[in-house]
Amino acid sequence: MKLKKKLVGLVAVSAMALSGALISTAHAADPIKIGEINHYKRLAAFAGPYKKGIELALEEVNGAGGVLDRPLEFIFRDDQGKPGEAVKIAEELMERDGAVMLTGTILSNIGLAISSLAAEKKYLYLAAEPLADAIVWAKGNDYTFRLRASTHMQASMLAEAAAATDAKTYATIAPNYAYGKDAVAAFKKALTALKPDVEFVTEQWPALFKIDAGAEVQAIERAKPDAIYNVTFGGDLAKFVREGTTRGLFDGRNVYGLLTGEPEYLDPLKDEAPEGWTVTGYPWYDFEDGDNKTFVDAYMAKFDERPGIGSLVGYMTVQSIAAGITKAGATDTDSLVAAFKGLDVDTPVGKIHFRKQDHQATMGAFVGTTALKDGAGVIVDWSYKDGADYLPSDEEVAKLRPASQ
Amino acid sequence: MGLIVAQILTGLANAAALFLVASGLSLIFGVTRIVNFAHGSFYMLGAFIGYSLMQVLPGAIGFWSSVLLAGLLVGVIGVIVELCVLRPVYKAPELFQLVATFGVILVIQDLALMIWGAEDVLGPRAPGLKGIVRIMGEPVPKYDLALIAITPFVLFGLWYLISRTRVGILVRAATQDREMVGALGVNQAWLFTGVFFLGAALAGLGGAVQLPKGGADLLMDFNILAAIFVVVVIGGMGSLPGAYIAAVLISVLNVFGVAYLPQSTLVLMFVVMAVVLTIRPYGLLGREEVVGEHGQVGEPEQPIKPAGVKARIAVALLLLVLALLPLFGSKFATILATDIIIFCLFAASLHFLIGLGGLVSFGHAAFFGGGAYAAALLVSYVNAPMELAFLLAPLCAGMAAVIIGWLCIRLTGVYFAMLTLALAQLLWSLVFQWDEFTGGDDGMVDIWPAEWLSSTTAYFYFTMIVGIGGILFLRHVAHSPFGYALRASRDSARQAEATGINTKRVQWMAFSFAGAMAGVAGALFVFSKGSVFPVELEIARSFDGLIVVFLGGVKTLAGGVVGAAFLELVKDYLTRLEYWRLALGILIIIVVILAPNGIVGSIRKLAQRSGLVKNHYE
Repeated sequence: MKLKKKLVGLVAVSAMALSGALISTAHAADPIKIGEINHYKRLAAFAGPYKKGIELALEEVNGAGGVLDRPLEFIFRDDQGKPGEAVKIAEELMERDGAVMLTGTILSNIGLAISSLAAEKKYLYLAAEPLADAIVWAKGNDYTFRLRASTHMQASMLAEAAAATDAKTYATIAPNYAYGKDAVAAFKKALTALKPDVEFVTEQWPALFKIDAGAEVQAIERAKPDAIYNVTFGGDLAKFVREGTTRGLFDGRNVYGLLTGEPEYLDPLKDEAPEGWTVTGYPWYDFEDGDNKTFVDAYMAKFDERPGIGSLVGYMTVQSIAAGITKAGATDTDSLVAAFKGLDVDTPVGKIHFRKQDHQATMGAFVGTTALKDGAGVIVDWSYKDGADYLPSDEEVAKLRPASQ
Repeated sequence: MGLIVAQILTGLANAAALFLVASGLSLIFGVTRIVNFAHGSFYMLGAFIGYSLMQVLPGAIGFWSSVLLAGLLVGVIGVIVELCVLRPVYKAPELFQLVATFGVILVIQDLALMIWGAEDVLGPRAPGLKGIVRIMGEPVPKYDLALIAITPFVLFGLWYLISRTRVGILVRAATQDREMVGALGVNQAWLFTGVFFLGAALAGLGGAVQLPKGGADLLMDFNILAAIFVVVVIGGMGSLPGAYIAAVLISVLNVFGVAYLPQSTLVLMFVVMAVVLTIRPYGLLGREEVVGEHGQVGEPEQPIKPAGVKARIAVALLLLVLALLPLFGSKFATILATDIIIFCLFAASLHFLIGLGGLVSFGHAAFFGGGAYAAALLVSYVNAPMELAFLLAPLCAGMAAVIIGWLCIRLTGVYFAMLTLALAQLLWSLVFQWDEFTGGDDGMVDIWPAEWLSSTTAYFYFTMIVGIGGILFLRHVAHSPFGYALRASRDSARQAEATGINTKRVQWMAFSFAGAMAGVAGALFVFSKGSVFPVELEIARSFDGLIVVFLGGVKTLAGGVVGAAFLELVKDYLTRLEYWRLALGILIIIVVILAPNGIVGSIRKLAQRSGLVKNHYE
């Protein structure tokens, strides 16, 4: 009788173990899903390379056995440029598709909308690309992290370069919306702190993608500044550069360009790319060795085209998520949020760190000078600036970020 | 002095492309009465085709022949669009065609992305015109001077064509009385096609000729749309010299705006339009609209009547199923249903205005977004509880509608539509620019409902009660004496006045009421999403509403709601596809062609023909 009981017990235990094994193999095949929302259609020039960066990283992560022995899978959705639509999609990804967290969004307003949703519904959101400072500071919350170097960080890098020159009077030109305003305010603040006697003689605010370049150039010329700070990008940048070059606006003036050196924005200018501007960008053509080179080679081998800054961001997004989930050892939101705080990730640009105090990653940016090479714009004399050096002190962050008080 | 001259020259050069594109729009509208939303797409195609041709054809001759060829090719594309998409729907109610042109926009966007790729292209410079000339010491690009010189020739050529040739006489005759021209033996169909060719070709020309000043990108179709509508309206619909004067006015003012008031770039042209329309209600050189007022085109409308018993039972059953949704549907289904109900209420409020009032508003988003912002501001600044904010939001939206309505109501037809657009745009730019107060385009976030509504299911029931209640209330008002007075004012203002109805006041009240109801939808929206951004006030949001009202059937009572539910469901499915805009565009075009009376109108007609439903006239 006892023996029988034992036998039954043994059978039961082994059956359980077996079925457990079966379940866990089924589990292993079950992918960990990540919801990715982006402006794929209307900003395809940026979102395309970004998506490819993600695909490359996924291939590598899953080739090496996935995360927590499960494959990682991204579900890509287009936000149609509408925050309301993005919020709906975010909920769908989390509630219906079984995503464990959200990421993506190049547009800052959509990033902010999803960030607010994340805090309300307790989803983890890694803001991969939006640059707005508010995402981690003024509107920062416990469930939102940000990867890319923010407006404040990149503007501070340029301000540092500007402060080293003799220029006293500055003109600024930026698209008339939140990103442009943030970028000008951050540059002014950083530059004035480094060099109190500078003067901003004119501020130009063309409507986004509707620049009247001739008029803008005339207005800046009228103010006769020593230096110009440019935040325009895309088609606006092309028109501004062409009118400015034609009318001699840039002759003898220092020009600083936020994001201007990124391949997405510099390449369309071809042989008319401006020379001698100090810009943030991505010199993928210049790496000789190291992880940067490995990434660029792998990317070009897979897609047969040059990577953009978006590719790098997409790649690093997957690396960060893989590292976060591995560190958490689970996929529930609370464990993931805990894991992302203070998370270290090895990336092509080196080790980055998701700061505990404001959830901003220390990914930096490449700063260099634009030049022409073989009929195309490139940046030369560049260096990689670590983002950690351009973030405010902890006390200041505490002031900027109501959520951490 | 030199600078001012140079600035004026810059403005004149900028006016060139604007005038070319706007004159095409004006011509098309003048003759066919079609508000062609796809005109910006023709402009974009002109730029891309011109660019591609310039890569092949060398030198100055190559450059200028590329510009001309781009115009011709876009003209041919225009003809294809006219033949395939618009010709089948000329008999539909007025403005219905704009839904079809909206479908065309979506199709062209995805096709352009497939053909030319995502990256912006920088236009080649014009050979021989790369440098500058110094005029009074100021640098002026040579190409600017070329543009300034070309435009008057185009204007003169068009003027000659319209006022001195036989074709022009026919075009003018068709502008005044289409049917009479047809009765006199002119083949109107081909006249329309010809005008469409010319209009599209001008847009393509405009796109190609601006290449040396910029380039081609996938956003330029929408980016120019508002500007060309403004130019056409300021100049007077259908007037070519008016379009030229308006293009110059807008461009030159813009140059000075940039120099002396850099923050004005968003709003300047809408201020100019609002001022011009207030002083001259039909634009600078426009004439009062005589034909094509609402209700005159197509078959006579059947009077609406309250739903019968069978219909009521069907709706009640449908509502019952909807009410049980949280029990059998997924959580996301509930969220989706919430979104759809909110959009349906917004559409129903616009439908009330368009269908019953005959007041086609292009700026209805002002009240949807206005309600949402009112609630968000109350929550953020005075810490209002959600319930109070929710009650006050429609009042604020209604107040905005009272003011905007007062300004717009004296105009009619397309001018009314454009003034509502301009004022909505003013509200948008106010919200957009005043970032200390409204958060600018970073919007207002963390506007979540009260504790008792924080669950998805609770909020769904709340939306259902308020939203569907609102829709039923709108229907109820349609059958009230006020609704009758409103329809009387729409169908025959003179007779209505004679029976003692103050038509303008009735319309003003309807405008305010519809605004307040849109505000309810806005308040529901903001608490369901937790945030609101200026896009909710944008032109695109107004157009969303317009499209579904016409798609559903403007002459039926249920049109707005059915159209909204249909489009939201279809979109929810299609946006998962890679080329969803292409698919959605084609679907819209097919629906438009198959159902020229809107979805509800066409289904009803089919039912009448097959004897399922009785015709009121029989």
